[in-house]
Parts: sequence; C-alpha cells; structure tokens
Amino acid sequence: MPELSHEEILRYSRHLLIPEVGLEGQKRLKSSAALVIGAGGLGSPVALYLAAAGVGRIGLVDYDVVDSSNLQRQVVHGTGTVGRLKVESARARLLDLNPGIRVEAYNEPFSSANAMRIVGDYDILIDGTDNFPTRYLSNDVCVLLGKPNVYGSIFRFDGQASVFYAKEGPCYRCLFPEPPPPGLVPSCAEGGVLGVLPGTIGTIQATEAIKMLLGIGSSLVGRLLLYNALEMSFEYVKLKKNPNCKICGPHPEVTGLIDYDAFCGVPGMDHEQGSAGMDWDITAVELAEKIRRSDPLRLIDVREPHELAISSLSGAELFPLGQLASRLPELDSAQEMVVICKSGMRSARALELLVSAGFRKVRNLKGGINAWSREVDARLPVY
Amino acid sequence: MPVLKMPTPLRSYVDGQAEVTVTGATVGEAMQSLVTQFPALKAHLYNGEGQLRPFVNLFIGESNIKDLQGLGTSLGEDDKLLLVPSIAGG
Repeated sequence: MPELSHEEILRYSRHLLIPEVGLEGQKRLKSSAALVIGAGGLGSPVALYLAAAGVGRIGLVDYDVVDSSNLQRQVVHGTGTVGRLKVESARARLLDLNPGIRVEAYNEPFSSANAMRIVGDYDILIDGTDNFPTRYLSNDVCVLLGKPNVYGSIFRFDGQASVFYAKEGPCYRCLFPEPPPPGLVPSCAEGGVLGVLPGTIGTIQATEAIKMLLGIGSSLVGRLLLYNALEMSFEYVKLKKNPNCKICGPHPEVTGLIDYDAFCGVPGMDHEQGSAGMDWDITAVELAEKIRRSDPLRLIDVREPHELAISSLSGAELFPLGQLASRLPELDSAQEMVVICKSGMRSARALELLVSAGFRKVRNLKGGINAWSREVDARLPVY
Repeated sequence: MPVLKMPTPLRSYVDGQAEVTVTGATVGEAMQSLVTQFPALKAHLYNGEGQLRPFVNLFIGESNIKDLQGLGTSLGEDDKLLLVPSIAGG
C-alpha cells in the first residue's frame, strides 16, 4: 500500500481520526480506483466526494458538454465551463479540490465496444447515467467482470439507490429484467428534477462506494433505498437474486455485452433528439409557414399544464400525454394535427399513440417548442 | 380497502394521485382493479398475453411479490402495495 505524505496526513486528518478508516483505510482509498459513469447530476457529488476523500484514481465517462440548464444540479461544473466538455470541466474542478489524485477523462460514448476495456481498469463503478441503455450496460459489464455497481437514479422528487454486486447479491437485471416500454417513464429532460435531489442520492452513492472500497459497514447490497424529497421519506425494500436472471443466474443467456439501444428501444446517447422519424416530423419553420398560410390545422400540446406558463403557441390545445389515450374522442382523424411538447420527445410518443389509434394526418414538431424558440420566435424562452 | 402507492412517473396516468384505492383479495386482482379504473395503464403494465411486464415490481412491506406467491399473493384490507418504478434519470 502507498504511504501518505505529511501533507496528506494533514489533509485527511478527520478520516484518520475515525477508527473505521484510520491510516490503513486512507492508504486503501489512495490505492483505489473508481469509475463514475456520467458527469451530471449524480456524477457531480459522487466525483466531488470521492476526490475529496482521497480515492487515488477517478475515471469519468461522459460525452456531453456543459449547458447552462445543467447548473441547477450539476454542481461539479460552473458558469465558466459552459460549453466545455463535461469530463474536462469536472476534471479541472476535482484536481482543484484535490491535486493529489489522478483523474482520467473518457470523452466517449460508453458502449459495448469500450465498456470492458474502461471498467476493467477500476475497482468499482458508480452509475450516474441518465438513460436505460447505459444502465443495463453498466450492470452487465460489472457482472461479467465481477465488480460492484453503485446504483443511483432520480426523477422529480424520487430517488433510488442500491449496490448491485452479483458476487454477493442481486444485480440490476434481477430487479429489472427488461426496461419499461419506451415512453412510459419520462426522462429528467422531459419530466424535470429537483436540483438538490441528485445531491442526496449521489452523496449516498459516494458513501456506499467509499464503504465498499474500505470494506466497512453494511452496504446496500440486497436492499433498494427509495427516497422521496417531497415527503422526506426513506423506505427500503429487500432485493433477492433472481434465479432466472439472464446474466447473473445459474444459466445465463447474456454472456457478453449486447446492443443496448435495440434492447431498450431507445437511443442511449442522443436523448434529446426529439424526432418521430423523418416522414412524421414537421420542422418549426415549416409549421410557421403553414400557420402563416392559415392552413386548417389543430395544434395539440401534450405537455403538462404548468409548462404553458413558460412558453406556448397561440391556439394550441392542451392534451397532456398521460390523458391523450382517454381523450381521443375529442380529436378528429380527418383533420390535420401537429403534436407539440418541449423538445419533441413526448410529442413523438403522442404521435405513436395517435398513429396506432388510426390517425394519419398528424405530424410531430421536431425539437418541440424549444426548436420554435430557436428557429422561429426568439421571444419564447428555451427551457 | 388496500391501496396501491403510485410512483411519481406513473401518476399522470392516474389523475395525479399518489395512492389509488384498489379492490381484490390478491395482488393480481388489485392490479386488474387498477387497470380497470385507468385503462391507459394496461398496455404499459401488461404484455399481450395478459401477464405483468417484467419491469413491474410490486412490494408488500419490504418483500417483492416475486419472492412471495406472485400475483396470487393475498392482500389484506389494510395492505399497502408499492409499485417500484424503473427510472433512469441521473
């Protein structure tokens, strides 16, 4: 194990005072390597606390750039790094916090092509991603390589955390053998998230990772923590190994990494694409032209009512996505319609629902009302 | 009557309610009661063969019904059924 310098002994003195950590534990952290998937809401507190705690080598995987809409929750970044690569922005912040550690940045999409190579070099993976394909990939690579996967996930006021470690308990697939159908569960980009929520869940993930690296305490292996910020409630449910689990069960069907985008039915990376497919899309500029010509057209806004206060199109009718199926009788398949949401994702699903119900004269506003703000009318804010 | 705690991501399908009162002596009957009240949920929670989709996890207390008697698990009048959603935000 590596020795600690006098400088390090002073820096980590509050750890060295805890008998469960002490000098041996701190050396153990120094010789450890943790991989953080996603340098976003969860990845921010995870990476900050692991760096502060003195985890010797931290890997960061992200393929995005810092956007000002990230800063409400992604506290590792700052206004000064808007537009920079997230991994580089985070790396600079972590090294400022603790110059004695190594931070390895992977500015590449985490995929079946590179996951084994990247994860193989670390002791533990912390899953702070924002999409299902990457979550299944993180799980599977950890099972195949025998590494613990510290899981956290968030939506609005709800958070979940667990440690999936097939050697000692269930894996993510034991609980969720398959992802929900595309569109059932909105992402944070569509549904929103309380900014402080990933702080709570990410800090729990960092706690679990540090405990696992130190080999102390009772971990969340075999337990799922369910947190609700609005009710300030913490509940636990027991998780058991699924004997039929396709990857960690006794007769695994999944023995290598698969094509997760196809498995999940959604793309893993381009999560804000907002397109229903070329033939079904209408661009903001095309829609503006139709409105200018006074073409007969119904505008169906499938967002939630409170979003209308942020931006809306004149004459649009509100049909929140969750109500659309039961309100079909209010629509007429003979009329031309354009479905609208914030960025084109929910409206793409609304279109799918309408088409499956027999509607054909319907188009999706590609990129949503945000595209309208960017391409047609800058008086409307982008959110 | 038993209640089903609805996770936030699915509340838009049940008029925004946090808890839905259901009827039935088993978990299976309670879930049928849920989708009868809110038909839009049916296609999401059940597959074409009328079975609950594998991502749907229901708990009574701390126990997953998959570790009990599945949909046949009996449900008491005062039981709370918890639907644990699959969420991916980060």
